Amino acid sequence: MRFKTLAVALAVTLVLGVSAQAKELRFAFQGDANSMDPYNLNETFTLGFLGNIYEALTRRTADLTIEPALATSWEVIEPTRWRFHLRRGVKFHDGRDFTADDVLFSFERVKSETSDLKTRVKTVKEVIKIDDYTVDFITTVPDPILIAEWDTWYIMSKGWAEENGAVTPQSATGDDENFATRNANGTGPFRLVSREADVRTVAEVNPDWWDNANKEHNLTKITFTPIGSDPTRVAALLSGQVDMAYPVPVQDMKRVDSNAETSVLVGPELRTIFIGMDQFRDELLYSDVKGKNPFKDVRVRKALYQAIDIEAIKEKVMRGLSTPSAMMIGAGVHGFDPAIERFPFDPEASKALLAEAGYPNGFRVGLDCPNDRYVNDEAICQAVVSMMAKVGVTLDLNAQTKGLFFGKVLRPSLDYSMYLLGWTPGSFDSHNVIYGLHGCPDDSGKGQFNLGGYCNVEVDALADKILSETDVKVRDGMITEAWAKTIAEVSYLPLHQQALAWGVRSNVSVKQRADNQFAWRHVVIQ
Amino acid sequence: MWSTRACESSAKSGRDSEMTPLERVRDSADRLLDSDVYYSFRSSRVTVVAAAITAVLFLAALFAPWITPQNPFDPGSLNLLDAFTPPVWADGGSWKFILGTDDQGRDLYSAILYGSRVSLFVGFASVTFAMILGVGLGLLAGYMGGAVDSIIMRVADVQISFPAILIALLINGVLRGILPREQFNDVAVFVLVLSIGLASWVQFARTVRGSTMVEKNKEYVQAARVIGRHPVSIMVRHVLPNVMGPVLVIGTIGLAVAILTEATLSFLGVGVPSTQPSLGTLINIGQNFLFSGEWWIVIFPGATLALLVLAVNLLGDWLRDALNPKLR
Amino acid sequence: MIALIIRRLIQSIVVMLTVALIAFTLFRFVGDPVAQMVGQDTSLEDRAQLRERLGLNDPVPLQFARYVGNTVKGNFGISYRIGRPVGALLAERLPATLELSFVAALFALLVGIPMGIYTALHPERWLSKAFLTISLIGISLPTFLIGILLILLFGVVLGWLPTFGRGAVVDLGFWTTGLLSVSGWKSILMPAFTLGMFQLTLIMRLVRSEMLEVLRTDFIKFARARGLTPRAVHFGHALKNTLVPVITITGLQLGGIIAFAIITETVFQWPGMGLLFLQAIQFADIPVMSSYLVLIALFFVIINLIVDILYHVVDPRLRIERQVGAGQ
Repeated sequence: MRFKTLAVALAVTLVLGVSAQAKELRFAFQGDANSMDPYNLNETFTLGFLGNIYEALTRRTADLTIEPALATSWEVIEPTRWRFHLRRGVKFHDGRDFTADDVLFSFERVKSETSDLKTRVKTVKEVIKIDDYTVDFITTVPDPILIAEWDTWYIMSKGWAEENGAVTPQSATGDDENFATRNANGTGPFRLVSREADVRTVAEVNPDWWDNANKEHNLTKITFTPIGSDPTRVAALLSGQVDMAYPVPVQDMKRVDSNAETSVLVGPELRTIFIGMDQFRDELLYSDVKGKNPFKDVRVRKALYQAIDIEAIKEKVMRGLSTPSAMMIGAGVHGFDPAIERFPFDPEASKALLAEAGYPNGFRVGLDCPNDRYVNDEAICQAVVSMMAKVGVTLDLNAQTKGLFFGKVLRPSLDYSMYLLGWTPGSFDSHNVIYGLHGCPDDSGKGQFNLGGYCNVEVDALADKILSETDVKVRDGMITEAWAKTIAEVSYLPLHQQALAWGVRSNVSVKQRADNQFAWRHVVIQ
Repeated sequence: MWSTRACESSAKSGRDSEMTPLERVRDSADRLLDSDVYYSFRSSRVTVVAAAITAVLFLAALFAPWITPQNPFDPGSLNLLDAFTPPVWADGGSWKFILGTDDQGRDLYSAILYGSRVSLFVGFASVTFAMILGVGLGLLAGYMGGAVDSIIMRVADVQISFPAILIALLINGVLRGILPREQFNDVAVFVLVLSIGLASWVQFARTVRGSTMVEKNKEYVQAARVIGRHPVSIMVRHVLPNVMGPVLVIGTIGLAVAILTEATLSFLGVGVPSTQPSLGTLINIGQNFLFSGEWWIVIFPGATLALLVLAVNLLGDWLRDALNPKLR
Repeated sequence: MIALIIRRLIQSIVVMLTVALIAFTLFRFVGDPVAQMVGQDTSLEDRAQLRERLGLNDPVPLQFARYVGNTVKGNFGISYRIGRPVGALLAERLPATLELSFVAALFALLVGIPMGIYTALHPERWLSKAFLTISLIGISLPTFLIGILLILLFGVVLGWLPTFGRGAVVDLGFWTTGLLSVSGWKSILMPAFTLGMFQLTLIMRLVRSEMLEVLRTDFIKFARARGLTPRAVHFGHALKNTLVPVITITGLQLGGIIAFAIITETVFQWPGMGLLFLQAIQFADIPVMSSYLVLIALFFVIINLIVDILYHVVDPRLRIERQVGAGQ
C-alpha cells in the first residue's frame, strides 16, 4: 500500500518533470500574498498576484492605461449614475457563467465588515441590475475618479462563494479558515492549482479564457516561491532556479546585469519616500528642545531639507536607482510637474536658517525608521543622521521592523518626532496625497496619513474642490496651486521615488508596470 | 578530581593573609610561573598564539579611540560619499581607509576596533553576569540542599534544555517592551548583556553545585562550620576558591559563545543600534554586499570575529585540559 | 518511578504556563498587528474596529485568560498574516523542521563520532589537530554567514546545489518528505551542514574527551592486559562506555538544533516552523508566535521527561543516589 502511494508520487514527479519542459514560469518575490481572497488585504503584491487569476470590470495595460475587461464599455449617464455593459460568454474557472448577479454580489462582499477594500466603493450608494449584462452604479456625490482603482476590485462568483461558505472575507477572529483563503475561482487567464502559503503557489493557464485569441503570453504553468532573504533570492536567480525574481537589491543589480544569463529591468516606482515631522504638538516627544516645537517653524523644516544631500543618497545608498523628488508624488501620478525643483542641498544655508530660527547649535531629536519595508530604508536613515549631524542637528535613530514601526508611528499612537515613510497614491492621482497626507486631520478620514499634522485651510478647501471638479483643466490648475502651497511651506521632506528592479533570465521577456504589479499575461519564454 | 589540587592551593592561600599585598602578588606570580599550568601553556604553541591574538584584539579594542583615524560612532564624522571605498591595495583604495569603508562611509578599520569593543563588552559583561548569577545560585543550591536546591536545579533543568538563543530573544523582547523607547538605544547594549547573561547561567550553577556538594563534606569546611563561621563566609572563603577552576573554563568558552550569540541576535534584528555597530552588526550589514563585489565589508569584520572567537575557544580548550589532571 | 513521572508532569505544567506567560507578555511589545493586516487606505474607524474585534483593547489579564483557555482547548487561533488556523499551519511546517533537524543531527553524529574517536586514539597526528582546529573555525563564524557563504560557493559559483527550499516534496498523507527525491536530498545538504556544524564540533570533542578518560581507566588497562586486540578494546569497550553521555547530550542538544533552525531556515528559505516564527515576529502575528513558543516548550518538556526516565531506567546508580539524596 505504502509502496503504491510512493509509486504514484514518483509518477507524479515524473509527469511534472516532463511538463516543466513546457513553458513554465518560476518566479520569486520577497514575501507572499497574504491570502487568495481578493478582498482580504489592500496591498500591491497580493492584489497584483490575484490579478492574474481574478479579473475586474476594468484592467490596466502594461503602461497602466485603463481598458475594458469584464465590462466591455461604460458611460456616465448622470453625474452620479454610471452604466456598465458586461462582457458576455465569460466563464469562471469552475464553469459558472459570469453575469450581473456576480457584480452585485461582489459589491456586497467588498463592502462587508471584514473586507479591506471597502474604499474601492466608498462613494457608491447602490448597484442596480438592469439586465443580466448591464448594471448601474449610483454614487453619493459626483466622483470623476470612481473607477481609478477598479482594476483591482476583482469580481467573484456568487454561486461559488455561496456554495463554499465564503460570502464574506476571512475574519481575523474566527476559528475557521475561510474557503477563499486558499482557493480561488476567477475568470482570469490563469487558474490556481495549489497553494501553500510561504512555500509555493502554482497556477496553470486557463484554456477557456475569453481573451485567449489576443493573448500575448506562451505560459502553461506558473510556480511562485516567496524568498525573504535578499542574498538567497538573488542566488536563486543567478543559479537559474527561478526565471524571474524581484525586488533585486540595488547593490546586486550590477552583478545580476553583468551575468550573461540574467538582466535587470529597471523602472521608476510611484512610491515616494519622505521624512515627516511632528508639527502639531507644542513640545516634541523626543527632543532636547523643551517648551516649544521647532518643527512648527518653517525655517527649521527648510533647514533640515537643505541639509540632505539627496544626490549622495542616490549615488551611494540607492546606487543610482532613485529619482530625487521635489514633490510628494512621482512622475506617472496625475498632477506631477517636472519643472518643480528641490531646495538645493546647502549645509551653510541650513545652518544659517537654524541660527535665524534660534537654534545656532542645532538640537537633538528622534527619528523613527522601518528597517524591512522600503529599499534600503535603514541605510537612508543612517545617511540622513550623518548629514544632519553636519549642520548640528543630532538625530537619535530608532530603526525597527515594520510591525513595531507602523504601530508606533501611525494613528492613533503618533508616537514619534520624525519618521521615514513611503506613499503610493493608489488612484495615481494627486488628490489622494493632497487629501490624505496634507489635509488637516479630522475624523472623516481626511489627513489620516498626515501624521505630522500639517494644516492649511486653503489646501483643505482646494482638496474638496479637486475631488468633485469634472473640468480637467480647472482641476489641474487647483492641483498645481495646492502643490505650490505645500511645497513652499515644507510640509514634508520628500526624498525620492525608489526604482523598481526586476531580475529576469535572458530567455524570458516580461513587461514591468510602474505600479510594481507583475502581470503574467505579458510574459513570453523562449 | 582536580578539586584535591585546588584544595592544596587553598591550604596555602590560608597563609597568604599574613603577607603584604606586594608579597602576595609576587608569591602568586612565582607560583604561577612555577606551576604546571604555566608549563602546559608554554609548551603549547597554539595556545601561546591564541593568547597573543586575544591580547592584541583586546588591547586594540580597549585603546580604539587612540589608534583609529575616525570615530565611526559619531555620525558627523562620516561622509556618505566615501562609502564603498575598497581596501588600500585594491583599485580605487586609499590610505585614508586602509581596509576600505562600508555602506555609510565608515572606515572599516576603525569600525572593526570600535565594533570589537562592543562585542567584547557584551561578551565579558554577559559572562560575568551569568557567572555571578550561576555561581551564586550553584553555591546556594549545593550548600543548602533540600528545597532550595530542588527549586534552583529544576529551573536550571528546564532552562538548559531551552535553547539559549530563544531565551535571549524572549528576554530581549520583553525588556524592549518594558523600557521607555526614547532611552532604548542608550541601554540596548545592557539589554543584550542581560538577555545573554540570563540565558547562560545554568552551566555555572550546575558545575558549582556539584563541586560544592563534594566540598561541603570535607573536613576543612566542617571545621569552619564548627568554629561558627557564617555560612556565607564559608561559601565564599572556602568553597568558592575550590570551584573556580571549571568556572573559569566555562567562562572562557562562554565568552566565545556570548560574542557569537550577540552576532546572531543582530542578524535576527535585536542587536545593538546600527549607528553603533558591533562586529556582528557589521557582518550583518556586510552580508548584503557579498554578491555585489564589496566583499571587504563582510570579510574583515567576519575574519576578526572568527579570529577572536577561535582564539578564545582555543584558550578555553587549553585551560580545560590544563586544569584536568586526568589528562596529564 | 511513577512518583517521578507525576512530579515531572506537575513541573511541566508550571513550565508551560510560565512560557505561555512570557510569550504573552512578549505580544504586547512586538508591535501592532493591525497596521499590517490592512492596506494603507483603510480608514481609522475600520482599524479601530479590527483592533476591538481582535480583543487588543481588553485588559491584559483577560486577554491572557482567554489565550490560555483557547490553547488548552487546542484552539490556537487564526494567523493574522495568512488567515489560516495556526494549528494546521504548524502541523504543515513541522515535517520540514524535523527532517532538517534530524538530518543535521545524524550528520553531526555520523561524522562527529568517528572524528572524535580518531582524535582520541591518535592525539598527536596532524590530522587530529587539523580536525580539532577546522571544527573550531567552523563554530567561530555566525551561522547566518556560513549559510550565505555556502550559497555563494555551491549555489552560485559552482552551481551544484539548489540555493533555497526543500526540492521536490512527496506527500505521504500524514507527513511531507523531501527525502524521497534527488532534488530533496540536494536541497537539504547545505542547510543540514550549516545547522549540524555546531553539534558536530560538540560531539567530536565530547567523544574525544570521554574516550581519553575511559582509555585511562583500569577497566581498559585490564582489557588490554587480557590480551584483547586494540580494535576490541577501543570499539568494544572504550567506545561503548563513551556513547551514553554522547547520546544524552545529543538528545538535549535537539533544542539547540531546533532553535538555530530559525536562522538556517531563514537563510535557505526552508519552509519550516522557524521561518514561520521569524516571519510572525516581523508581522506581529501574535497567534503564530505564541503557539510556536508553547509548542517548542512542550517539545522540550517532553524531551526532558524522556531523558530523565531513560536515565533512571538505564543507570541504576542514579536511582540509589537519588534515594540517598532524598534521605539526607
